[in-house]
Amino acid sequence: MAKILKKSALCTGIWEFIVEAPSIASKAKAGQFLIIRLHEKGERIPLTLADWDEGEGTITLVVQAAGKSTREMTERFGEGDEIRDVVGPLGTPSEIERYGTVVCIGGGVGIAPIYPIARALKSAGNRIVTIAGARRKDLLFWLDKLEEVSDELIITTDDGSFGRKGVVTEPLKELLRAGGVDRIWAIGPAIMMKFCSLTAREFGVPIVVSLNPIMIDGTGMCGVCRVEVAGETKFACVDGPEFDGAQVNWDLFLARLAMYRDLEERALKAYLGTMEERV
Amino acid sequence: MKIVPKKTPMREQPPEERIKNFREVPLGYTPEEAIQEAKRCLQCKRAPCIQGCPVNIKIPKFIAKIAEGDFRGAIRVIKEDNYLPAICGRVCPQETQCEAVCTLGRKFEPVAIGRLERFAADWEYEHGVEIPPLGEPTGFRVAVVGSGPAGLTCAAELRRFGHDVVIFEALHEPGGVLVYGIPEFRLPKRIVAQEVENVRKLGVELHLNVVVGRTVTIDELFRDGFHAVFVGSGAGLPRFLGIPGESLVGVYSANEFLTRVNLMRAYLFPEYDTPIKVGRRVAVVGGGNVAMDAARTALRLGAERVMVLYRRTEAEMPARVEEVHHAKEEGVEFHFLVNPVRFLGRDGVLVGVECVRMELGEPDESGRRRPIPIEGSNFTLDIDTAIIAIGNSPHPLIPRTTPGLEVSRKGTIVADDLGVTSREGVFAGGDIVTGAATVILAMGAGKRAAYAIDRFLREKYGEKAP
Repeated sequence: MAKILKKSALCTGIWEFIVEAPSIASKAKAGQFLIIRLHEKGERIPLTLADWDEGEGTITLVVQAAGKSTREMTERFGEGDEIRDVVGPLGTPSEIERYGTVVCIGGGVGIAPIYPIARALKSAGNRIVTIAGARRKDLLFWLDKLEEVSDELIITTDDGSFGRKGVVTEPLKELLRAGGVDRIWAIGPAIMMKFCSLTAREFGVPIVVSLNPIMIDGTGMCGVCRVEVAGETKFACVDGPEFDGAQVNWDLFLARLAMYRDLEERALKAYLGTMEERV
Repeated sequence: MKIVPKKTPMREQPPEERIKNFREVPLGYTPEEAIQEAKRCLQCKRAPCIQGCPVNIKIPKFIAKIAEGDFRGAIRVIKEDNYLPAICGRVCPQETQCEAVCTLGRKFEPVAIGRLERFAADWEYEHGVEIPPLGEPTGFRVAVVGSGPAGLTCAAELRRFGHDVVIFEALHEPGGVLVYGIPEFRLPKRIVAQEVENVRKLGVELHLNVVVGRTVTIDELFRDGFHAVFVGSGAGLPRFLGIPGESLVGVYSANEFLTRVNLMRAYLFPEYDTPIKVGRRVAVVGGGNVAMDAARTALRLGAERVMVLYRRTEAEMPARVEEVHHAKEEGVEFHFLVNPVRFLGRDGVLVGVECVRMELGEPDESGRRRPIPIEGSNFTLDIDTAIIAIGNSPHPLIPRTTPGLEVSRKGTIVADDLGVTSREGVFAGGDIVTGAATVILAMGAGKRAAYAIDRFLREKYGEKAP
């Protein structure tokens, strides 16, 4: 059981939870993730660590209401409630080194997990250029936190309602064209990571992506999170979640992500049905 | 006394019924049936069955108690040597262990030792579980990694020596393979929960959701004041065939398939959140118990045809005879001397499997005849689900994060018969040492390691913790 100490809305549909989890907070490193299970009948959901505070013994989760479980968490779980299971930190931490100039890209809810990575890279002496992208202005959050750890912060929205109009690959291309970028980190929707990787490959700059495949146990046991990297099968939960984006088989990754879409929709519908009953 | 040549039969759910539900298949003995079966035991002096049992249960003694109608006495005798009898009575391969060497079995069917063990254990649950006496508290603290059969057994034995024990389990439910691997219809989860509860009642602490190697390392456990550590983390890493198409949507590892259904209760979706997809035509690759579990689970989830593809013949199948028999009764098809070479997909989704026919050559290192592909014999099966059940490898997390812990080329922790590893105070047993094996062998290893840990603690520190 892990108690929710604080819950706050970050923007439309995205929530921040501060959760009591001292053993995880003392071990967490940038790039790692957790698995949570809301209740007895819940599924195991992987969430990349957004932040943690060793002194306070807390971890920060940023959750976008999308499918059944994330809607349930954001709608039915509040301060003082307990999450039944929280396990972690899982996965291999980011390789934080002094690379030089690093472009950190966070797309959508991926803005949250890119933050601790940018922070760690910054304290390792890198120059950080952060690109934060969202569909609209009301889906952006944590810009102040990103500002703190970035030498330069570029913001994009698909509809131009804030910052530059367009997608994150456009400023990325400009930066790469101008030269001097030593490494790229990208976290966000799979399709965004795919196009960032294609762009990076075009310019021959190494790119790290954090993959978010379907997982069950998250400890290497089930193999559902397998991804093909450089022609080899890897388990995102133990070999990753970070991989060389230029080597990922993105089409396979996208197909596997969609594996349960119909059943996910059915679960959401059933959940929304119970919501109606409550009203 | 007249010898009854055959075992007292045990009632079962009929196949046409049971493939529509997940309830247990064998229904157990009544007290009358148990007494009748117990009376078949010759009570022979040599008692080879005791040696045939990996944890050396005093089999003739507990059977004699059942024959007298003293069921409480019977379970007491069993529990002197085995703290998880309701599990063993259900999933032990008795036919290759105690029952294989039964004196009666030389001429007739052996005594149904497993069924009697199950009877005694189930009887105790109905009539109240007794907590056996514990040793004087020693103050020694032992950490047990993993709550599967090895860990639970080791923990129970250590408590009986008077040591404090904390089990660390990575998943959200205790039991290891007993909860994520073995299906409800073979080992009901309530039985596992009851046995775990008994271990808890001995005073064993159980910490769930702790991944040793990530949340805490073995070195940190020693720093936190544990005097010894037992690693029973199992063989968790699924093996794949290494053929094209293995990541297509519709190809499962048996671990994923069974974990979804057993641990996550996907068969109750959407009441439970975790989904599972089973198509109409399912191929299960492999010939062990896990393959049988996967095949029978697929049938219960509504598959029209379930085909087991095994590269040798029925005689070489590692699965228990009883499991193969159950699978056949339920309508699972067996295709022997067949091996997949490639999965076929359309838009990333599985639509078929190309196989090659095999023949058996000379025996290999396992003593079984080596399967050899017959050139030009390739053929295709239309399938929409494939389940790979060709075994598991040891989990690398603990070896990787424990300096000085010697590991074999296969990734197993190197330990002797008593569980002693290359690191002082670290003991290991079960599948993490042997590679994937059986529940009872893991329990035997856990038990022997508990004795070795007890001796280690007393030799190193004296009778009480410093």
